[in-house]
Amino acid sequence: MTSVEQRPLTALTSSHVGRSGSVAWMTLPALAVFVLFGLLPLLGVLGLSFTRWDGLGAIHAAGASNWRTVLSDPGLPHALWVTFLVMLLSWAVQTPAALLLGVFMAGHQRYRALLAVFYFIPLLLSSAAIAITYKALLDPNFGLGAGLHLSLLTQDWLGRPALALGVIVFVVSWQFIPFHSLIYQGAVRQIPASMYEAAALDGAGRVRTFFYITLPQLKYTVITSSTLMVVGSLTFFDLIFVLTAGGPGDATRVLALDMYIRGFQANLMGPASVIAVILVLVGLALALLLRRLGGSTTASQMEGA
Amino acid sequence: MVGLGVPTALALSACSSSGPSQTGAGGGTGGSGKGGTSYWFLTGQPQQGIREDTVNRFNKANAKTQIKFTEFQNDAFKQKIKTAIGAGQGPTLIWGWGGGGLKSYVDADQVVEMTSFFDENPDVKDKIFPSAFGAATVNGKLYAMPIETTTPIVFYWNKKLFDQIGAEPPQSWGDILDLVPKFNAKGIAPFSLGGQSRWTSMMWLEFLFDRIGGPEVFQNIFDGQADAWKQPAALKALAETQKLVNADGFVKGFSSITADSNADQALLYTGKAAMMVHGAWTYGSMKADGGDFVTGGDLGYMNFPPVDGGSGDPDDTVGNPGQYVSISSKASKEQQDVAKKFLATTMLDDTEVKKWIDSGNIPVVKSAGDQLSSVTDKNDAAWLSFVYDTASKAPTFAQSWDQALPPTAAETLLDNIAKLFQLSISPDQFADNMNKVTAT
Repeated sequence: MTSVEQRPLTALTSSHVGRSGSVAWMTLPALAVFVLFGLLPLLGVLGLSFTRWDGLGAIHAAGASNWRTVLSDPGLPHALWVTFLVMLLSWAVQTPAALLLGVFMAGHQRYRALLAVFYFIPLLLSSAAIAITYKALLDPNFGLGAGLHLSLLTQDWLGRPALALGVIVFVVSWQFIPFHSLIYQGAVRQIPASMYEAAALDGAGRVRTFFYITLPQLKYTVITSSTLMVVGSLTFFDLIFVLTAGGPGDATRVLALDMYIRGFQANLMGPASVIAVILVLVGLALALLLRRLGGSTTASQMEGA
Repeated sequence: MVGLGVPTALALSACSSSGPSQTGAGGGTGGSGKGGTSYWFLTGQPQQGIREDTVNRFNKANAKTQIKFTEFQNDAFKQKIKTAIGAGQGPTLIWGWGGGGLKSYVDADQVVEMTSFFDENPDVKDKIFPSAFGAATVNGKLYAMPIETTTPIVFYWNKKLFDQIGAEPPQSWGDILDLVPKFNAKGIAPFSLGGQSRWTSMMWLEFLFDRIGGPEVFQNIFDGQADAWKQPAALKALAETQKLVNADGFVKGFSSITADSNADQALLYTGKAAMMVHGAWTYGSMKADGGDFVTGGDLGYMNFPPVDGGSGDPDDTVGNPGQYVSISSKASKEQQDVAKKFLATTMLDDTEVKKWIDSGNIPVVKSAGDQLSSVTDKNDAAWLSFVYDTASKAPTFAQSWDQALPPTAAETLLDNIAKLFQLSISPDQFADNMNKVTAT
């Protein structure tokens, strides 16, 4: 089985390498877009981080003073901490839920298609709309709890630091679990049925099959989905901006929000650019780290099958 | 590039505006395209309707020179206008609050000096309250025309709730602190507050600073004195604020309530909160949204009461002496001329002045006082003469701090105010953080 599967694969790869000279131009459109809308603005931001600019007047060179100000500001470690907290918690909530839902939706149970439609609804809404809706529902005076006279729901959801963070993690998860479930569903469907048949012949039950076949086979999907979650959580902005605006105080002020507030509310484009550069570096480091964790991407997943 | 900014802005304003959508030439049907004269202002009734009406009347009378308006929500506007102006995509007519924000436009050479405009149109200058020109002046020169209304911050209360617990409106800060436990015991929030907007909480500090130490306390800060936030009166005012927060003086969840949604006003007129410190502009919206709350005479109002032992004059007030409109220096000569014609002929004309008065506001014109006698509605008449007296008789009418200070210091101020109300920093820490940005 292994040898049969692998030969055509390697043959394909080598033929790609051989022809890469003639097809390199195919990367040009993507490269041009990346340079124009990714690299150039990034260089612009790097340049701005060494200047003093209020967004209105002339730009003045400022040397490394912005970097010194931001790096010595106690607001930075706080914003980093909040960002990582949101990242970790939302990963920890989303991954198991999305995995289980994905496996469930890949199966052939009754009503599966109908339920799947319901799961996907949050994916169809914009973050701002979701945030406005939750803000209204969670309002301690006019919200769901007050309307139904349920004291359990009548908390100061967005007014207490720990609760507000919890609400953000919950809403983020609610919004993105459908997306990740979709990824897992696709991946589960690609696992060869022969593996399950072999396992069934060996007498493995549902739980054992899940832990010994499904989960190992989804390794790369877990890494892909986690990368999307982790790097994506660095840029959470709209949802938090509408829900809490970083509050109460600065309890939910993540890096992206800190950047916006410094740049567009306090008119300090220089320090805001420093934060933008830090965001890029953190995102790159995390993406690389996750790739490392996944091991070599060329290793076959079919080994032992 | 010109086309890029405008459609987005239009789309956004269409989402956020709950009032009537753009009418007449507002939709850009005037055929003027990107060369036309543009005007950006705020949503929120009844002000929005009056602003639209003034532009529409000008457009009707001047078929060839149309002004196109775009509307924004308050907090969104503050950032959008700065970004647009910085990118050279700003409107011809720039609406604002004067003060520090206007100064940053002047420093960046983005607005035209209007001294000659007022020289050419002396009757325009003559009809406006002299006190309103302060925040339009930068480095001794005029850069904006005061428009719309003068809106002091007012102490409101719900008369029904006071009757319910048998209490009288507070005559002093001590009375306020005494009232708090009485309302809390009945399950009524003492004060409504839209704390997430932050400038709402700031109004408390503005009054307490003034009542405890007089207008000099903030003047010293504004003048950039070192350690000005550590003046004894300032520290006492900050401590008194936290005392009120600690006593549960503000409605539960105040730090997640925004003023843009008018939820803070709703708390007062639905009887969930007994008192509120808020701008005079909320009278109109409470009248419109609050059922028979205002028309039934349940809304009480007065100037902020004195603090026992304080040296401030209890007739002082704070707020917005006016709104302001400037002309973009990046606009073409043609656009600037249309804008000037609009300001000279239609802005603050008799029709608009009457509409402001009918909506329960005092416009920034001297003739407003004479027109009050023609108001037939008993509640409106009493309200209007109260606002007129408060504004015109105040020994000091201080501009809102976040408008008076430069934008960078204002943002630090609002940030620290949120933390002060959250009790996450002490008055001392607040003063240290603020001294760093306001001392020059």
